[in-house]
Amino acid sequence: MAFDPDNYGLRLFVRYLVLCLIALIFIFPLVFMINSSFKPDNQLLADTSSLRAFLPVGDISLDNYFGAFRRAPVALFVLNSVLVTGATVLLSLLICSLAAFSFAFLRWKGRDVVLSIVIATLIIPFETIAIPLLLLVSKLPWIGLEGLQWGWLNTYRVQIIPWIADGLTIFLFVQYFKGLPGELIEAGRVEGASWWQVYYRIVMPLSGPVLATAAILKFLVMYNQYLWPLIVVQQENYRPIMVGLGYFFQLNVAWGEVMAYLTLITVPVLIFYLFLQRAFIASIASTGVKG
Amino acid sequence: MNLTKHLAGVMIASTCLCVPALAQTKLTLWYHGAGNEVESRTLNQIISDFNTSQSDWTVSIESFPEKSYNDSVAAAALAGNLPDILDVDGPIMPNWAWAGYLQPLPIDESEFADFLPGTKGVWNGKLYSVGLWDAAVALFARQSTLDELGLRTPTVDKPWSSEEFMAALDAAKASGKYEFALDLGMNDQAEWYSYAFSPFLQSFGGDIVDRSTYRTAEGALNGEAAQAFGKWWQSLFTGGYAPGTSEDPADQQTGFIDGKFAFQWNGNWRAVATMAAVDDVVFLPAPDFGAGNKIGAGSWQFGISAKSKHPEGAAAFIKFAAQDKYLAAFSDGIGLIPPTPSAAQMTKNYKDGGPLAMFFDLSKAQALVRPVTPGYVVQAKVFTKALADIANGADVADTLDAAVDEIDADIESNGGYGHR
Repeated sequence: MAFDPDNYGLRLFVRYLVLCLIALIFIFPLVFMINSSFKPDNQLLADTSSLRAFLPVGDISLDNYFGAFRRAPVALFVLNSVLVTGATVLLSLLICSLAAFSFAFLRWKGRDVVLSIVIATLIIPFETIAIPLLLLVSKLPWIGLEGLQWGWLNTYRVQIIPWIADGLTIFLFVQYFKGLPGELIEAGRVEGASWWQVYYRIVMPLSGPVLATAAILKFLVMYNQYLWPLIVVQQENYRPIMVGLGYFFQLNVAWGEVMAYLTLITVPVLIFYLFLQRAFIASIASTGVKG
Repeated sequence: MNLTKHLAGVMIASTCLCVPALAQTKLTLWYHGAGNEVESRTLNQIISDFNTSQSDWTVSIESFPEKSYNDSVAAAALAGNLPDILDVDGPIMPNWAWAGYLQPLPIDESEFADFLPGTKGVWNGKLYSVGLWDAAVALFARQSTLDELGLRTPTVDKPWSSEEFMAALDAAKASGKYEFALDLGMNDQAEWYSYAFSPFLQSFGGDIVDRSTYRTAEGALNGEAAQAFGKWWQSLFTGGYAPGTSEDPADQQTGFIDGKFAFQWNGNWRAVATMAAVDDVVFLPAPDFGAGNKIGAGSWQFGISAKSKHPEGAAAFIKFAAQDKYLAAFSDGIGLIPPTPSAAQMTKNYKDGGPLAMFFDLSKAQALVRPVTPGYVVQAKVFTKALADIANGADVADTLDAAVDEIDADIESNGGYGHR
C-alpha cells in the first residue's frame, strides 16, 4: 500500500505515533526511578541492561523507603523545602506584583531606567553573586524573639528573603499589566479609588494567569535550590531536600534508596502539577513565556 | 535579717551548683559522613564517651553530605563561621592549612608514632590532622582465575612486574571468558583518578608534580617516565583490556562479582561486599612498573579550625578519639584500615590471619600520599582530565605537556603556594 499524503487518518496516526514516542522518552526516567525504588541494589543494577529496568518485576518491596527514612530525616527536609518554597512564592507574588504595578501604572522620574536595570539583572547568573551575597547575609542584623542578632546563616530567612524579588517575575508582571485595558484603571481612578485599591480591587483579580505562571516558575526554582542552601546552611535542621540528596551518596552508593528518596520528593510535585496542568498551560500561553 | 541570710545562702549554693555546668565549654565538630549510619553511630559513641569522660568540654556534631562538604567548609570559612574541629580529606589538608582554615595540632607527633603514615596530615613540618582509618587499593581477582590462566599469585614482597601484569591481562583477554580483562572504574572522574591511578604513574617513575620543590610539574608529569606511563595507559583502552570513560557506573559495583572482568582495581571499602559475593576473591598488590609498587594513601582526618578559640579542647577530643578501641570500632563498622597495628589486632578483618590483613601490609609497604601541597586540589583535576583525554585517544605527549602548563600556571598564579 503506497503512502497517501492526503490521507488524514494516516497523517493523524503518524503524528500521534511520533508524539507517543517522544512522550515515552520523557517518561522513561520517571518510570525507571519509581520502579527502581522498589528493587534491591543488586537487582536494580542488573536490570539496567534490559527492559526490566522499566518494569516492577523481581524482588519488589518497600525496603528502600524504610532505608531512606533511616538514613536521612526525609520528612524534615521535605518540610523545610515546602516551608521555604511556599513562603518565597507567596512573598514573591506580593512584592514583585507591587513593583510591577509601579512600573506599569505610576509615573515617576527614572522609572524606565530602573525597569531597564531590573530587567538587566536577568543576564547575571546567580553563581556570580553567590559569594558576595554570602558575605552580606553573614553580617546582616535581625531582630527576633531573642533580640538583636548578627548574621543570617543557618536560618529559614536566609533561604527566603534573597529570593523574593527577581527580574524575571517583575518583568512578567509588568508585561501582563501593560496588556490590561487602560480604561479600567482610569475608570477606577476617576471613581476615586486609591492606587492601592486599583492594585488589589482591579488589577490583581484580573491577573490570574500571570500569578499562576510566576508562582509555578518560582516554585520550580525554590524547590530545586541547591547551591545557595549549601553555602548558607550548616545545620541539618534547616537543610532542604536537594542538599539532603547528598546523604545517599556514600563510597558504596545505595541506589535503591536514592531512587526511593527521589520518588518521595518528585511524586508530590508531579501530582501538584497534574492538578494545575490546565491552569499552567493556559497561563504559559497567555503570558508568552517559554521554558 | 533571716530572710536576707536565706537568700544569700540560696544564691551562693546555686552559684556553686552552677559551676560545673558553666565550666563545660561547647566545642563544635563538622563531619563529612551525613547519611552514613555506621560511621555516624561510631562517631556519636566517641563523642558521647568524651563528653561524659571529663567536665571541661562538650562536643556537638554537625554532619554534612560528603559530596558537598568541602564547598560548605569553604563557604563557612569565607563567612567566618568555621567550627572548632574540622573533618578534612587527607590530600586536601595542605590546601586548607595554606588557606588559613586549619591550625597545627597542639599535640606532639610522637603521640601518633605507630599510626600508618597515610593517616597523619603533615604539612610544612607541622602535624595538622590525624585520621582514624586509612584506605588502600588492590587488584581484586579470583584464585580460580589465577589458577585457570596459570598465573603466579603476586605478594607484597614480590609483586607482578609490568610484563607479568600485561601477560595476565593478555591471558584473561585471550580466554574469551570476560567482557574486559581489567576494570579500572573509569566512570568515576572525581578524586578516584588521582587516588587510584597516580600510583601507576609513580611506579613508572613519574609524578603529578615535582615533589622536590612543588614549584613545577615539568619533568615529573611529562618526562620520559610519564610518557611511558601515558602510552601504557592508552594501550589499556586501545588494546581493549579495560572499558573507557563511558563505562556503566553499575559495573564498578557488580561487574567483577558478575564475572564481566577478570581483574578489578578497587578500594578496600568494596572488599567486604565482594568477599560476601565471591568465595575465592583474592586481593593482589599493585604491579611494579619499574620504580617500585605504589598505592595511594590518606583518607579523612580530624584537624582544628584556625578560628577555634579552644584548640586545647579540640586536641583533647582528637586524642581521645584516637584510642585503639575506637579505631577498631570504625574498622569493624566500615571495613577500612585501622591506623595502628594494635588496633588492627582488635578487628575482625585486619588482625593476623584476618581476611583483609593484607591491606594493612599494603598500606604500610606501598602507600604513597598524594602530593603534599596546597596546589594538589587543582593538580588532581588537571591530572584527571589528562588521563581521561589520553584514555579517549588524545596524543600522550601533547596532553601531558598541556597538563604541565596548566599546573605550572596555577602554581605561579598562587605565588608558589608558599613553597620556596
